[in-house]
Amino acid sequence: MSDDKFDAIVVGAGPAGCACAYVLAKQGKSVLLLERGNSAGSKNVSGGRLYTYALELVEPGLYKRAPLQRKIVREQIMMLGENSATTIDYVDYGFGDEVPQSYSVIRALLDEWFAGEAEAQGATVGSGILVDDVVEENGKIVGIKAGDEEMRADVVVAADGVNSVLGRKAGLFPDVKGHAVGVGVKETIELPDDVISQRFALKKDEGVARVALGCTEGISGGAFMYTNQGSISLGIVFNPEQAAKHGRHIQEIFQDFKTHPAIMALLDGGTTTEYGAHLVPEMGYHGVHKRLHREGMLVVGDAAQFGINTGVIIRGMDLAIVSGLAAANAILQGTNTAEVGPLYMKQLEELLLLPNLRVYANFHNIFGISRMFKEYPKLANEALQFLFKVDGKVPEAMMKGMLRTVKSNVTFGQMAADAWKAYRSI
Amino acid sequence: MSIKKLSPEEALSLDKFGVDEGNPHIIVDKKICAKCTARPCLVVCPARLYREKDGEVNFEFAGCLECGTCRVMCSDGGITSWSYPRASFGVTFRCS
Repeated sequence: MSDDKFDAIVVGAGPAGCACAYVLAKQGKSVLLLERGNSAGSKNVSGGRLYTYALELVEPGLYKRAPLQRKIVREQIMMLGENSATTIDYVDYGFGDEVPQSYSVIRALLDEWFAGEAEAQGATVGSGILVDDVVEENGKIVGIKAGDEEMRADVVVAADGVNSVLGRKAGLFPDVKGHAVGVGVKETIELPDDVISQRFALKKDEGVARVALGCTEGISGGAFMYTNQGSISLGIVFNPEQAAKHGRHIQEIFQDFKTHPAIMALLDGGTTTEYGAHLVPEMGYHGVHKRLHREGMLVVGDAAQFGINTGVIIRGMDLAIVSGLAAANAILQGTNTAEVGPLYMKQLEELLLLPNLRVYANFHNIFGISRMFKEYPKLANEALQFLFKVDGKVPEAMMKGMLRTVKSNVTFGQMAADAWKAYRSI
Repeated sequence: MSIKKLSPEEALSLDKFGVDEGNPHIIVDKKICAKCTARPCLVVCPARLYREKDGEVNFEFAGCLECGTCRVMCSDGGITSWSYPRASFGVTFRCS
C-alpha cells in the first residue's frame, strides 16, 4: 500500500468518509478509505436517525439499497414529571413525499454497508487501521502515518469524528471544549418487531422518533428514542459541564429515565443488548471549526463539528454525508491541491450545508434556558393534572388553580425572561 | 431478562471489548489529579471508569467507550495522554 500514491486518503468510514470515498471512486479517482474499527461502524454510536435527502444528493435512489430501519412517520415530544408524562404525538404519513424524509438507523449496519458501497465503486477500504498522524512536506499535507506505515495522497480527508485527532495534528484547530459538545449515552433495547409496531401504533416499516425533556435533573440536555427493526434506541445527551457541576453520575441519571414508568411501559419485555456513548457537536454554526482545510487536507462531518439541534430536529449524519460529498466535488473540480480547500468551502455553500447551519445559528442559546429541563416540563404535567383531576371535592376555580400551578414552578418575571431569551435565540 | 436499572459494570458487560493488556490508551497522572478539586471525570465518563478511592483518582482503561468526554472535560491536565486504542483493540459496537 505504501508504494502507491492515492488521489485521496479518507480517514474514517463514517457517513462523511464513506460518502466522500463513494463519490470519488465512482468518478474514477484512486481512493483509500481507512477505518480504525475492525469493520466500518463498529466504533460508532449515534442516536439513530438519518435524514434521507443526504443520500439522495450522493445518488438518487441510493437510500433504497441502505440497511435503513424504519421510516419515521411519528414525531413525538415528551415532557416528564416525576410520576407523569405529557407527550405530543405528531403523525405525518406524507413526510418527504416520494422519498421518505428520515429513517432510524443502526450505525454498525449503516456504515458497514456504506463502506461496502464505496468499495464496490472502486475505493480501497482498509479496516482495523488506526491513523496516528499526518505527513507534512513543504507546508502541505501529503499523507498519513499509521503505525510504521506512511501512505501518501494528493488530499487527505479527515473524517475522523468529533474528536478529530487528525485535524488537531495538522494544526487546523484546537481540541473541542466542554461547552461545545454534549455527551450522549445510549442503550439498544431488543424487543420483538411486532410488539414495537403495536406499542407505537406503527405499520411494519414505520417508525417513531421521540425527544424528551425533564429527565436530566435540570442539567441542560434531553433524551431521545428511536424505533428500529426489532430494537429501540434510547439515550440521553447531557451538557458535560453542567453534568460535572450537578455531581450525580450521568449513567445513573439515564437509568432513572429508562425506568420512569412512562418509559418502562414502552420497553416492557425488552432486553438491553448494548451500551454506548459518544460526543455530539452542540454549538451549531458557531461551533464549526474556523479552519476546515489547508493545502492537502479537508475536514468533514463531526470532525468539522457540523451539527444542528433545534430541540426537536437533531442532525449530524445528513450534514456529514453532505460535507463528504462537498469534499469529493471539490477534489474532482480542483486542478491543483491549492484550489481544493476554497472549492470545498464553496461546495459547503452550494450544497446548502452552511446556509442550513446559519438559519439555526443561535438556537443553542435556547439550551441556556435552564428551566426548560426541569421547571417547565414539571409545570406542563402539573397543569394537565389540574385539568384532568376529579376527586369529588369542590375543585379550585380554573384561573386560580392554573395560576397557582404556574407560580409554584416559575415566577412571571422568569417566564418573561425565558420567553425573551427563546425569541432572541430563534 | 427484562428492563431494569443497570450499573455501569452491568451495562459494559453487554459490550464487546478487546483489551490491550498493559498498554492503556489513556494515561492519567495521579499526582496531578491529587490536586484537582473539580474532578469532572468522576461524573461525566459514561463508563464510570474514573473512581475515587481514599481521595485518589483511579482510572481503569478497559471498558472505555472511546467517546473522548474525559479528555474534553479534564480540568487540571491529569489526563496527560489520550488516544484511541491501537487497531483491533477497544470496544466493538454491533447494534448501536
